[in-house]
Amino acid sequence: MNKADKQIPRMRFDLQVIASWIEPGSRVLDLGCGNGDLLLYLKEHKQVRGTGIELAEDKVIRCIERGLTVLQGDFRQEVRDYPEGRFDVVILSQTLQQVLDPRELLIELLRIGGRVIVSFPNFSHWLARLQLLFTGQAPVTNQLPYEWYNSPNVRVITIKDFKRFLRTIGVRLVREVAINTHHHDLEGNVIHRFTNLRATYGIMMLEKAS
Amino acid sequence: MTVSRFPECRRNITMSREQQKRTEPMGRDSGAAVTDSGTKRSDILLVERKYFTFAEPPHEMVLDSGARLGPITLAYETLGELNGDRSNAILILHAFSGDSHVAGYLRENDQRPGWWDNMVGPGKPVDTDRYFVICSNILGSCMGSTGPSSINPGTGRPYGLDFPMVTIRDMVRAQKHLIDHLGISRIMCLIGGSVGGMQVLRWCTEYPEMVVSAIPLATTTRHSAQAIAFNEVARQAIMADPDWKGGDYYDGPGPRHGLAVARMIGHVTYLSDEAMREKFGRRLQSRRTLSYDFGGDFQVESYLRHQGEKFVERFDANSVLYITKAADYFDLEAGNGSSLINEALARVSFLVISFSSDWLYPTYQARNLVSVLKKNGSDVSFCEIEAPWGHDAFLLPNPHLDDLISGFLDRIYREQCQR
Repeated sequence: MNKADKQIPRMRFDLQVIASWIEPGSRVLDLGCGNGDLLLYLKEHKQVRGTGIELAEDKVIRCIERGLTVLQGDFRQEVRDYPEGRFDVVILSQTLQQVLDPRELLIELLRIGGRVIVSFPNFSHWLARLQLLFTGQAPVTNQLPYEWYNSPNVRVITIKDFKRFLRTIGVRLVREVAINTHHHDLEGNVIHRFTNLRATYGIMMLEKAS
Repeated sequence: MTVSRFPECRRNITMSREQQKRTEPMGRDSGAAVTDSGTKRSDILLVERKYFTFAEPPHEMVLDSGARLGPITLAYETLGELNGDRSNAILILHAFSGDSHVAGYLRENDQRPGWWDNMVGPGKPVDTDRYFVICSNILGSCMGSTGPSSINPGTGRPYGLDFPMVTIRDMVRAQKHLIDHLGISRIMCLIGGSVGGMQVLRWCTEYPEMVVSAIPLATTTRHSAQAIAFNEVARQAIMADPDWKGGDYYDGPGPRHGLAVARMIGHVTYLSDEAMREKFGRRLQSRRTLSYDFGGDFQVESYLRHQGEKFVERFDANSVLYITKAADYFDLEAGNGSSLINEALARVSFLVISFSSDWLYPTYQARNLVSVLKKNGSDVSFCEIEAPWGHDAFLLPNPHLDDLISGFLDRIYREQCQR
């Protein structure tokens, strides 16, 4: 990442990394775009033509007020209408772990977008491992703050598992980075060694195997 | 320009808007509530109703039905000023029973402002300090534009049922003549709800190269069987009234009862179960016990009767027949796929809005529209506003609606008009 990217104010660290991967002027779809922080940054700094999909009415209104193009709806339904290759990049940040059919979803996203960027909490972070080992209880961390009975995270993903999964479904890993985050995920650093043990999130750029 | 604005009107209009928000949310006929009696009349936004006549014989307009109609007059009003490169025009398309009087006051002593005064005006979401706003009365209506109650130049008497059937597309073609007359080649934004939303979409399919952006509100791409059904009941109520006389009633009282019943049916479809429960419940009107006769016991009956009576005073029964039929004929999906699938529309930005309790044009119909626009590659935003008021919600003051419309317009203006 360059300096300018590090100066993005108050945007989640994984989004800062993702923003640095986006080519200027590209067509971007952001699934679960929230208040539109990433899309607004991309629009202002990279002249991106972006669209967001968001379920919550108040967030959709906030996005449109900020001059963004956003559709209210469940992205699992909404992505179906787009023609093939409609976007250069589709972004799925911190949501894959909440999807019931990640395999079908990724295939769908690779249909409508040239590339797909996913970020997800790494379940095999050492803190989660230690909690399970020493307390015998399902891990509860800053990145995975839920109890087993109220967690929306129905898929337990580790960086290692995800890369193995990509090989089995024949999807090419174009680029990857593992990050360790702190301060409510607003700040962090890139991890280079023992990523599956030390990273709180994995971020990967995918494309269809040719 | 056509608008004469008095000093300090901005502050006072803002005040009156806040006052409006506290008032009755059911004022469909006015579209906005009465201003506070304390508002100084000298501070109001005055607008002028103008008329544009075209299609003089032998150059009559050819309608979808094949019939020729001319001359045609459209009543219209404008607010704000057209900028130097003529890029800030907003065309507002009114709903079924609306008129060209979208905002402000026609006369200083008017009791009520235009039907969308909470949305349109200086400093409001559709900001007339920034945009040039046009609103014209639709073809077939009775509020200044040519319709069945206008004089047929062939006979010297009102057209009645000799008036040709008009479609939403015919209404839009007539508006196109007006826009050409005003010297505008690109419309920054089309905004309309309900039947107005149908006109928005028709504008997009007919003249996509003239459209920069569009906001269809509480509308549909094709009139549903349920919507046609209610319209047909309304028409039958009018035509069953002996005073309707086959549409040739202009020298008599006219079908007052039929028209009132038609309006009552309309109002049922504009509300919702929740809205009626909250607003009326089973409360009795001006009595404590049941009457055991048919005079009308319940508040909801009294409300509908009142709406019906009010409507009779201002609207023409034949216009109801013609406009409801035009809505029923509206179908963008007819023929080979959607007429919204059009390369020229891929450059148009859309903001589609529906309301959660609208059962006349339910959210699934707005989603169908969004789906087609996505397939077409158009830039489209969509929001379903949570509101209990049924179809009426699109005309009622709502901060969410304000934020959506002002935010979208601001973006379009910055992207398209300030290059």
